[in-house]
Amino acid sequence: MKRRILGSAIAAAVLAMQPALVPAATNVSDGVVKLGVLTDMSGTYSDLSGPGAVEATKMAIEDFIAKEKPDFKIEMISADHQNKADISANKAREWFDTAKVDTIVDLVTTSTALAVMKVAQEKNRISLVNGAGSTPITNEQCNETTVHWAYDTYALPVGTAKAVVKQGGKTWYFITADYAFGHSLEKNTSEVVTKSGGKVLGSVRHPFPGSDFSSFLLSAQSSGAQVIGLANAGSDTINSIKQAKEFGITPKQTLAGLLMFISDVHSLGLEATQGMYLTTGFYWDRNDETRAWSKRYFERMKRMPTMVQAGDYSAVYHYLKAVKAAGTDEAKAVMAKMREMPVNDFFAKNGKVRVDGRMVHDMYLVQVKKPSESKYPWDYYTIRETIPGDEAFIPLSESKCPLVKK
Amino acid sequence: MDIFGIPIQALMGQLLIGLINGSFYAILSLGLAIIFGLLNIINFAHGALYMMGAFVSWIGLTYLGINYWVALIASPVVVGCLGMLIERTMLKHLYRLDHLYGLLLTFGLALIIEGLFRYQFGISGASYPVPELLSGGFNLGFMFLPKYRAWVVLVSLVVCFGSWFIIERTKLGSYLRAGTENPQLLQAFGINVPLMITLTYGFGVGLAAFAGVLAAPVFQVNPVMGSNLIIVVFAVVVIGGMGSIMGSIVTGVGLGLVEGLTKVFYPEASSVVIFVIMGIVLLLRPAGLFGRER
Repeated sequence: MKRRILGSAIAAAVLAMQPALVPAATNVSDGVVKLGVLTDMSGTYSDLSGPGAVEATKMAIEDFIAKEKPDFKIEMISADHQNKADISANKAREWFDTAKVDTIVDLVTTSTALAVMKVAQEKNRISLVNGAGSTPITNEQCNETTVHWAYDTYALPVGTAKAVVKQGGKTWYFITADYAFGHSLEKNTSEVVTKSGGKVLGSVRHPFPGSDFSSFLLSAQSSGAQVIGLANAGSDTINSIKQAKEFGITPKQTLAGLLMFISDVHSLGLEATQGMYLTTGFYWDRNDETRAWSKRYFERMKRMPTMVQAGDYSAVYHYLKAVKAAGTDEAKAVMAKMREMPVNDFFAKNGKVRVDGRMVHDMYLVQVKKPSESKYPWDYYTIRETIPGDEAFIPLSESKCPLVKK
Repeated sequence: MDIFGIPIQALMGQLLIGLINGSFYAILSLGLAIIFGLLNIINFAHGALYMMGAFVSWIGLTYLGINYWVALIASPVVVGCLGMLIERTMLKHLYRLDHLYGLLLTFGLALIIEGLFRYQFGISGASYPVPELLSGGFNLGFMFLPKYRAWVVLVSLVVCFGSWFIIERTKLGSYLRAGTENPQLLQAFGINVPLMITLTYGFGVGLAAFAGVLAAPVFQVNPVMGSNLIIVVFAVVVIGGMGSIMGSIVTGVGLGLVEGLTKVFYPEASSVVIFVIMGIVLLLRPAGLFGRER
């Protein structure tokens, strides 16, 4: 009996010592932090996020392991949501319930982002939104486990529309994609135009997606507006620009692409896009740091990164740092750390995750170079202005996010 | 002068654009009508082959320096040969079966072709420049007409009526038509019917590729350009009457005009107006405007 008591006592002592033997172990559930990249792998947005988003996430994980030497394992899976809200919500649910995914990354297309954000909140997991651009993500529909990283439709016109009005483009006409995104981009831009002293003469709404824009361009032409604002995206914007040139609309009237990615400029070529202004959260050739990272990305993808792909890297790295700092992968604790730590990497300097989930960072107003000014592959932009983060994004005082206390 | 609040000049411009698009629809639906009329195959791969025509000319220009004018002939030939290969290896097994099998096979083919191009070239596609000779345009007073668009209308109408003439008014055409009515009889006259069918499919596919080359300088050359258009083109063929050559040409141009007018008066409806017309036509004349009841 005595021996038994002694035995138990020793066992108890050993057990009690256990935490002391493993110093400051991270309390990550099952020792693995798992990320799911949910994106458009083959549809309209696959060039601007898609496979590039998966690769950027991989790079972030590899770099984090090499530099920060975490004591937890990191895994990644990916899937194609086909830009459909129901598919993405189902995938998210499956990932959270059976694949033990902690965080979902990218989420291009607003509808998929909003759907996944809700599921993630319900399961107490994090969504790192990068691809989608609509403001409700951090405004009306914000929640405590969502972070919105690269850009939004509020920030885009702040740069482009203001600059174009300042350059003398006072009267505007919009060619707008007839769905929620186009409408909200038109509305946000009109406000900026009017505030900056310009005037909106009218707009035409085209079915989404479209391929022939000549009729709409003719309407815009006959409006006599100095600036034609393209409140659409992807192939719609690309075809509008191409056909505007064909019909002799440019350079008499100026085109303003309100959402354009470097992948769009690359596919159209500088001949068709030269002189256009656009606003972006990232340009690969901005400084040594952005160039160094982008060249590594280029080696893997044979393309330069868009702001979405660069943003995915930045968001994932910051998230992993927050997991390490928090010592857990529990969503609320990680979110607290993400908000507490500034974002300092090649993507953002002194970036800050606000209470509404918005990552506030500087945006850049750029102008597309003339073919003669472009010296090497992907040398496309001249940076005209840096828009400070506080001006670029919706101020908290105007926010409709329920998390913001006023 | 205004018509329903639209200045007549603007209206003229829009009508002209409608005509341009219409001639595009005509040439695409013509290929479909020939293939359906003579082979009884609902060729869902038509859009993908149209896209391929555009890509072949882009690849020719970018990697081999082949210019637009050569591509206009070469690209339909290349894609047409591929079409004949498809017909020989796959479609010929389906002629005795229901239409549905052909539709499913060609639909599958379209998805595969599109997927391969998407994998290789990405989704944003590439730009094909307007050929030097056709850049610039005419100032018509009411609008600026790009030379290239004028060329598209001209060449599409010539090709459409040329094809109609061959099929409806020549001896070769009469063999073709006879071959679909009664292949055994025609074979008895010593005519190689299977070869004729293969060549016909190749020709229909070539027309799709030809439209693709015409489209390349106007639209961005991308892997989904065909699937965006194919449904509209099918509606055109259905309205015109499945298999009716003249029907597809006339309704192609006509619907382009209707769509153009819708874009002026109520742009939001421009993508559905063709289907509304299709519904009405199917209710009143189930075989289409120019179709024969079978």
